[in-house]
Amino acid sequence: MNWGEFFAMKGYGLYVWGSFGVALLIFIVEIALVRHRRAIALQQLRLLRDAGEEE
Amino acid sequence: MSPMSVSLISGNKNGLSLFGLLSLVIRRDMVLAMRRRADVLTTLIFFVMVVSLFPLGVGPELDMLRKMAPGVVWVAALLASMLSLGRLFSADYLDGTLEQMMLAPQSLSVLVLGKILAHWMVSGLPLVLMAPVLGLQFDMSAQALWVLIAGLLLGTPILSMIGAVGAALTLGLRGGGVLVSLLVLPLCIPVLIFGAGAVEAVSTGMSVASQLSLLGALLVLAMVFTPWVTAQALRISME
Amino acid sequence: MVPWFAWLSAVLFAVGLYISFFVAPMDAQQSEAYRIMFIHVPASILSMFIYLIMAGYAALGLIFNTRLSSMMASALAPTGALFAFLSLWTGALWGKPMWGAWWVWDARLTSELILLFLYLGFIALHASIDDPRRADRAAALLAIVGSVNVPIIYFSVKWWNTLHQGSTIKFTGTSMHVAMQQGMYTMLLACWLYAIAVTLTRVRSIILERERNAQWVLELSEAK
Repeated sequence: MNWGEFFAMKGYGLYVWGSFGVALLIFIVEIALVRHRRAIALQQLRLLRDAGEEE
Repeated sequence: MSPMSVSLISGNKNGLSLFGLLSLVIRRDMVLAMRRRADVLTTLIFFVMVVSLFPLGVGPELDMLRKMAPGVVWVAALLASMLSLGRLFSADYLDGTLEQMMLAPQSLSVLVLGKILAHWMVSGLPLVLMAPVLGLQFDMSAQALWVLIAGLLLGTPILSMIGAVGAALTLGLRGGGVLVSLLVLPLCIPVLIFGAGAVEAVSTGMSVASQLSLLGALLVLAMVFTPWVTAQALRISME
Repeated sequence: MVPWFAWLSAVLFAVGLYISFFVAPMDAQQSEAYRIMFIHVPASILSMFIYLIMAGYAALGLIFNTRLSSMMASALAPTGALFAFLSLWTGALWGKPMWGAWWVWDARLTSELILLFLYLGFIALHASIDDPRRADRAAALLAIVGSVNVPIIYFSVKWWNTLHQGSTIKFTGTSMHVAMQQGMYTMLLACWLYAIAVTLTRVRSIILERERNAQWVLELSEAK
């Protein structure tokens, strides 16, 4: 089986890869959002602590 | 604050029975609603307008309209009952009556049930009475009209009760009106299905009783649980 | 603990995808299109279980007033909503070649859509209340009411669907090949671990955001 045949999925390529592609996209976006949120939270903490030390 | 609510709150009617309390709350809310009749009318006019828009949207063929009628009337009733939900608790919340009610020795669930019933009489019952007239616009048969009325009589109180939970949860929030619809509409789907299904059963010659009895069962369920849930939601919102 | 779940999930995804595409044989009736099942079924299962778990945590938070369980509930909601959406999306892409329509008003599809609405309602209510304690409690009550309603909605929709004959779709319950089963369970497990990893990371952020004034948070090594 060559790769062209594999991606064609017997004519169902659009549906199969549309499903898995969007799944991958959603996972990546969610992971990015979650990491971003954590980074923001940590950054806020750092700002808060630095402000506290200066006082 | 009306004199009736003063007597309710100070609890000077000692030995007030459950039904006495219930009727007191209903009477009070009805009096308040009658002083602002415009609010009641707006809901009714909205209902009539939405239903009348459908034939303009899909065309005047009577066959199609007859088929659509139950769904259209029910969806319009659903939307109209969402519209009036904001008024259920907001006035009492703003003038502090609600807080007094919570401190009252009487059960908050019963007070809430009274408020819901009063709200239904003001906003739900007019829809039920108006529905047959609108049904005629859609060329519904006499039998179908009776079933429509019966279904709405059983169903609209459920909508008010489920809606009360949403109204209590969103009390005092900005943008509460849209939020209430978002929360409550998915929960109302069974009512819509059975209500519209009953009318449709008439035209297909199936038994109407099963659908109406399911609606009745939902009504009993809602009557038992939603006042209590609403009371809990109010406590959360008022903290 | 999060990296463990994340890495295990990634490995299982790799294995699961390999089985799904290279080991599992072609289905006789549905040709290659059935391979959507390997992502569709886990997404549907997770969207339902996450709702139950969310409602359970929410109830715990409401009854015992434990803050962590409320935070868990609000951390689970976005992941659950995404899985519900994914389930609908892949279902549509599976339905088009198999049934000839992107969407049919089947009981399962409709219930899944309503589940998505319930998730969105939970998130919207939580987001629109500024006080986090009130938001937790109000959203918890909504989640519980929703979970009581889900079976009622499911049966009413199912009943409604049988009433409207013509759109009844039966999922072909043919016996699955062993490799298909293995692929599906691997993918399911991978999705579970993914959901756990993402939720735990999110709940850690929520804790940091809410407890930013507590001393122990400031002493965290990561914050330095």
